Amino acid sequence: MQIASSRPAQPGTATPTPLPPWLMPVRRYGEYVLGAAAALSILATIWAAFVYAPTDALQGNVQRIEYFHVPMAWVAYLAFFVVFVASILYLWRKNARWDVLARASAEVGTVFTTLVLITGSLWGRTVWGTWWQWDARMTTTLILWFIYVGYLLLRSYTGLSEGGARAAAVLGIIGFIDVPINYLSVTWWRTLHPSYQVPLGSEAQAPASVVLALMLGLLAFTLLYAFLTVQVYRLNKIQRAAQVLRVRAEME
Amino acid sequence: MTFRLFWNQMLAILWKDLRCELRTRQVWISMAMFALLVLIVFNFAFDLRVDNKAAVAPGALWIAFVFASTLGLGRTITAEQEKGLMDRLLLCPVDRKAIYFAKLLGNLVFIGVVEVIAVPIFAVLYDLPVFTGGIIPIVVLGTIGIAALGTIFSAIAANTQAREVLLPLLLFPLLVPVVIAAVKATQALVNPVSGDAPWIGLIAAFDVIFLSISAVTFQYVIEE
Repeated sequence: MQIASSRPAQPGTATPTPLPPWLMPVRRYGEYVLGAAAALSILATIWAAFVYAPTDALQGNVQRIEYFHVPMAWVAYLAFFVVFVASILYLWRKNARWDVLARASAEVGTVFTTLVLITGSLWGRTVWGTWWQWDARMTTTLILWFIYVGYLLLRSYTGLSEGGARAAAVLGIIGFIDVPINYLSVTWWRTLHPSYQVPLGSEAQAPASVVLALMLGLLAFTLLYAFLTVQVYRLNKIQRAAQVLRVRAEME
Repeated sequence: MTFRLFWNQMLAILWKDLRCELRTRQVWISMAMFALLVLIVFNFAFDLRVDNKAAVAPGALWIAFVFASTLGLGRTITAEQEKGLMDRLLLCPVDRKAIYFAKLLGNLVFIGVVEVIAVPIFAVLYDLPVFTGGIIPIVVLGTIGIAALGTIFSAIAANTQAREVLLPLLLFPLLVPVVIAAVKATQALVNPVSGDAPWIGLIAAFDVIFLSISAVTFQYVIEE
């Protein structure tokens, strides 16, 4: 049983300590390589989606949006899984770098979820004839979007405080665990309603070029996710270092 | 940590909250009035008739419960915060889980009182046969689900200046499974359908998962 909470030392009250090593600005050339790889593979995906992959017999050209929609959906779920793992590590290890990673990944994931909803809607308008279907996957993604917009709101309200970081970590854990339950409930709810959902292409006999284009998209967007998350991570890190220095300057 | 000590700590905090509420009656009267208002507003909003009543009314009941609960949940640790008592409570050798369960039970009592009032009135106003034994497990399990997440989210939102605004924003998306399952289970009670999904089981699973996670993580939310 815990009797007293472990209180962090107030910055500046004691002798000024150097910045934690992980906050020190470092130039990492790996990031440039990652960025270049992401840019090249995105270009390749655009080519594969619009030129290389054949036109879908049933849906026509609109099916090509799938080469962006599916990878972005994958990246969104990956990003929120990273938030989940980083939140656990933050509560467990109490190292602020996990908190910064969770925040960065949540920001990137929310952007991708927004794009997934928009591209899905565009596709649905053409194929289903409606912008929105209360289909299980779409509904779950929409709820996911609400959960992580709430997460980012919480983060923006609490600033860089440690209590806020812990609260956000708890939300990052609970929010992710809610996703499968959400999916299950929405699926069951949906089965009771008549649904005229068009089957999502017959994946079994999809030509190799379609599969290849999709795989390329998955790779490209995963690289893009990694690159963006590293950038946002770096930005948050710099903000944090600036805050530490500001507090220290005020103390002196 | 013996179970008896845990139990005594929990009851002490719970009793303090209940006594405050009994003396001021700030929360539960507002919650009950709000729940009734939602039920009445829904009646106008959906122009309830005999043919659509069974489909729409359970939704109205659960929206009323969730909205009214949010009012009470938002005040979970307000008293501690306004008087600066949370620090003192944390300085006491109290298990953090005991604080969570005490706050949870307090919320359950407040919401429960409101529901005991609202369900009969709902049955009368909407003229539906919901006032039966079958409604009890649905309401109890659904309320535990709402309160389990509501208690910890209220503490999370209390970290910010905008807690009243933030709580529903954080809570409602996560409560979607409970709301869907509770509404569907209540509908099945009014209008039994064969081969329906095991909604009660879904709520029970939700309760178990989020009670345990919330109990474990609550300490990280309240400590400063």
